[in-house]
This record gives sequence, C-alpha cells and structure tokens, in this order.
Amino acid sequence: MSASPPPPRLSPHSPQLFAMSCGCFAYHAGSGGNVLHHIDLHITPGQMYGLIGPNGSGKSTLLDLLTATRFLQRGQLLFQGRAINDVSKKELATRIALVPQQFATGFDFTVAELVLMGRYPHIPRFQSPTSHDYDLLEAAMRAMQIDHLSHRLLSDLSGGEKQRVVVARALAQDTEVLVLDEATASLDIHHTIEIMRVVRNLVSSQGRTVIAAIHDLNLAAAFCDQIIVLKEGRVYRVGTVVETLTPQLLADVFSVQAQVQGGSHGHSLRIHYSL
Amino acid sequence: MVVENTHSLKHSPRKGGHSALMFLGLFLLTAVIMATGMGFLTITPWEVIEVVWARISGTPLNPAMNPSFPFVVMEVRLPRILAAALVGGGLAMAGAVFQSILLNPLADPYTLGVSSGAAFGASLALVLGIFGITIPAFFSVPLFAFIGAMTTLAAVFFLAAPDGRLSSNTLILSGVIVAAILSAGIGFIKYLADEQVGVIIFWLMGSFVGRTWSDVLLLAAFTLPCLLVMLYFARDLNVLALGGRMADSLGVNSRQVKKTLLFSASLLTAICVSVSGIIGFVGLIIPHLLRLLLGPDNRLLIPACFFGGGILLLTADTITRAWLPTELPIGVLTSLIGGPFFCLIFRRRQLGQRV
Repeated sequence: MSASPPPPRLSPHSPQLFAMSCGCFAYHAGSGGNVLHHIDLHITPGQMYGLIGPNGSGKSTLLDLLTATRFLQRGQLLFQGRAINDVSKKELATRIALVPQQFATGFDFTVAELVLMGRYPHIPRFQSPTSHDYDLLEAAMRAMQIDHLSHRLLSDLSGGEKQRVVVARALAQDTEVLVLDEATASLDIHHTIEIMRVVRNLVSSQGRTVIAAIHDLNLAAAFCDQIIVLKEGRVYRVGTVVETLTPQLLADVFSVQAQVQGGSHGHSLRIHYSL
Repeated sequence: MVVENTHSLKHSPRKGGHSALMFLGLFLLTAVIMATGMGFLTITPWEVIEVVWARISGTPLNPAMNPSFPFVVMEVRLPRILAAALVGGGLAMAGAVFQSILLNPLADPYTLGVSSGAAFGASLALVLGIFGITIPAFFSVPLFAFIGAMTTLAAVFFLAAPDGRLSSNTLILSGVIVAAILSAGIGFIKYLADEQVGVIIFWLMGSFVGRTWSDVLLLAAFTLPCLLVMLYFARDLNVLALGGRMADSLGVNSRQVKKTLLFSASLLTAICVSVSGIIGFVGLIIPHLLRLLLGPDNRLLIPACFFGGGILLLTADTITRAWLPTELPIGVLTSLIGGPFFCLIFRRRQLGQRV
C-alpha cells in the first residue's frame, strides 16, 4: 500500500490491527448452533477490507465482534495486541466507528445534533464541544454532502439522506478503524459511489483501516484491497480481489455462475453473472 | 465552494434551552406561591412569602396578619402543594426516561407495570384488615405500594434478562405480561374486599389530600438523587436513541445504562405512586410536549420535565382543591384532561403532521 501519514498506532509486538484466533460465537450458547466457527483472521492496518458472503454467513456477527458489541465465546481476539475485552468501551469508541445498515430513532434530533454524537466519546461528560469538534463535524457533513441539511430534523429526510447522516456521524468520530455493515445498501448508485470514495480516501491518504460488509461484489472489487469471504460461519478465503473473486469461488460460495473480466490492472475487475 | 460558517452549527434552531429551563423554574416557584394563597381562605402571595420567610429565618410575624395564616400555609397547604409538585416532576422525569429507553414517545412511567404493582400492593394493604391484620393504613399503604412496585420491576427484569441488550420490545412485552397478571390479582382483592372496595378504588384514583411534611421529605429524598443520576446519564440516553448497537459503538455500555436508568425511573415512580396513588398522563404528556418544544436532547429535557410536571400537577391539584365545589380525585382530573389531549396528539401523528 502507498505509504501515507499519519501511520496508525501499533502495538510493538504485532503489526496486526485485529488478530482473531480460533474464534467461536453462537447466539444461544450450548445449543451447538455456532454462527461463527474457528475463525482465524488478521486485519492489517492501512487497508480496505471487503467482507463478503451469502446471507446468514455471519458477516454482521463478525463485525459485532470486531466492534466489541459482542464477545467471542471461545478463542481470542486481539486489538492492537491487547485482548479486546480488556480495552474499555470508551477507548474503543475513540478507535473504532460503526456504520450500520439502517437505523431508526423515534426522536427528532437535527442532523447536526446527530452527527455531533460522533464526538461524544471524545468530549468529557458535562463539557461543551470545542471548536475542534465543530471543525470535524463540519468536515464530516461536507464530505457526505449534507451540510445544507444541518438544521433539518431527521424525520424530514429521505432514507438516503439519513444514511449519509449516519456515515457522517461515524466520520466525525474520527477513528483509526471504520466498520461499515452494508452501509450503502439503501443508497442510490451516486451516493453509494460517493461514500465508497470518501471511505477509500480515508484508507489511501490517511492510512486508516476500513472493514466493510458489502453485498455488491462489483462494488467490493472496485474499492477494496483485500476480500474476506465468509461461508457458513467460516472464513472461506482471504486475499486480494483477484485472488478471491474467481468464478470457482463465486460458484462454491454464492452458487452463482459468473464470468470475471479484467483484474490484472488493480481495481478494474468486473463480474458478470449468468442469469 | 462556500465554506459554511462554523458558528452556525453551534446554534441549532433550538437554542435558548437554558433560558427555557430558567423560565420553567421560575414559573414553578411562582405557581407554588400563588397556589398556597388560593383556597377557602385567600392569602396574598406577599403574605405567603412573609410566613415562609418568618419560619425560615425565625423572625416574628407581622402581628396584623390573620393568626391562622401561618398554620394554613405551613401545615396545611404547603406540604400538599410541594408533594403535588414533586410527584408531578418525578413522574414527568420518569416518563421522559422511559420514553427514551423504550424508543417510544408514547411510553409512560407505568409502561413496565410499575403502577399495577403499586396498586396491587396498596390494595393488599387495604384489605389486610379483613384477615384480622391491623397495620395503620397511612403507614402500610405507601409501604406495600412501594414493595409491590419494586417487586414488579424485579419480575419484569427477570423476564427480560435473557435478552442481552434489554431491547425495547422485550421490556414492553414483559411489562404487559406482569401487569396483566397483577390486574387479575387486583380484581381478586376487590372481590375479597366486598364493602371496602370503595377505599381501594379511591386510592387507585390518586389524591394529595392530607399530605404532610414527611411525605414531602420522602419524595425529595428520592426525587433529587434520581434527577442527578438521570442528568449524569442524559447524554448516554441520547445515544441510546440510536439503538443499542450504535450506542455500544459510541462507547456507551447500553445494557448497564439502561438498567441503571430503568431502575431509578421505576424507583421514582414507585415512590410517587406510594405517596399519591396512581396519577395518569402527567408522565406521558409533559415529556412529549416538552420534547416538541425543546427538542429531544435529554440533558435539557429531563430537568425541564421536572419543572413542567411539577407545574402541571400542582395546577391540577389546585383546581380540585380550590376551585371545584367538591374535591375530585386528581387522577381522574388528569386523565379526563390528559386523555383527550393525548388523543389529539395521537391523531395528528397518524395524519403525519408534527405537532
């Protein structure tokens, strides 16, 4: 990857951002129905990872584990060399941000109020935001092209505008790691590409790490450095776009017949499905 | 490209929150003084202030004043009025917290069945006499109501516990189940009570008649600490509005914050109910209304609810005490006024208008 300032903070012993070994997770402990089985996964900083797999393959669960909203029942997950359970929620919130697929709130916050919530982990309780916080707020809203909506109520926005607000909130959180859980699934193609560009830029020019669960394989191919393929709760393969997105793998994992074109010159790989 | 002025972001359209809070606080104080002067004996606000000041500072009163005023103000009206204000404030705060946690603007302090628990406890205390157990009612009713409310809360938590995130649906459903069982229990007690059923019904409708300074102290001892706890977690409560997963990713321990706040809001409700009986709609309407006026930020909303709920219930109590020819149970009055108002809000929401 292109060397880029500022370098992400690393523990002295491990070049890994996340290191999961033999990770197992089940929603109903003891029932035997593991959602994730014996996952071994290493996430290197400064790259954009695409997480792909069929519905129910465990993508969201894996992202929940990486954002420490759920914890492994067996195995180990290290974040920057430390067991993730030992890192306080507060500290993690300053390092990892999450963009969910959709969100709903019964309460009418304004766009600016909601994006400012991304700064909460950085602002001590009972203190007002500083001008630095407002700078980041403004930059995030501009990046998502919602600065003109700042005083509008969330209930006035379209689905796509709301989703851009949520991405802006995560950008305002200003973290080394950004986790997207099908963040663009509800957006039109223009805003999908716009968000992916902004996120890609965080990786390329600022050395941040992005882990994005993506359904659209062409989108994943166009923007990601590495692809993690999940199938039935196991890591099926990890590798570059060209290494992973082969007709054989698409047939094995997604049960689709597809042709793959290009891919020899970086990001121009294209998948054509046989309908 | 025009760079937007950073300062414009600081000033949301809902600026002036602190002055709104000041206004509500002063309004409540004025209402307390005015209400104390109203009633069978009319006392001017200045005389009320004089009496209270004399008591606080220990200075002798103006001998020209009607000698019964100090007793009426200090022993009869003020405790009742302060109790009404504290109960109103407590219920409104608890309502705001319940609405935020359950992600439902139509939730109220009784959504989790706390009122049914309190009613069950109070009914039980009132019929104990039938079984030959005599405990003075002024002591046993609040105590049993409180125990009933807290036991209900424990049962609801027990039912909801397997849900790791204490999701809104799980909590509401648990509350509905427990409340349904308790309602049957209350029905049974009413059946047992036979001729004494009137006492139970009267208690259930709520009243502030004959409240004393010890009630006020009890209320204050719980309301103010709960207010502090809620203010401490108010910002986390805002984040919880985005859902448990988002809150967790913003560094808020959603399960722990929910538990702490549900516990303090229920505790507050239990204390209010045990002192006053069941008073509906204050905990629903005040947070709802103030959220429309001030926005959903709980850091502002919760203290505003404390003042707003106090003003509403104090006004309602003063109407039943000083204006109406016979004292109507206050729970009936709030529900009679609150119910239609709530219908209006509900209808306008259905029509897609923002009220």
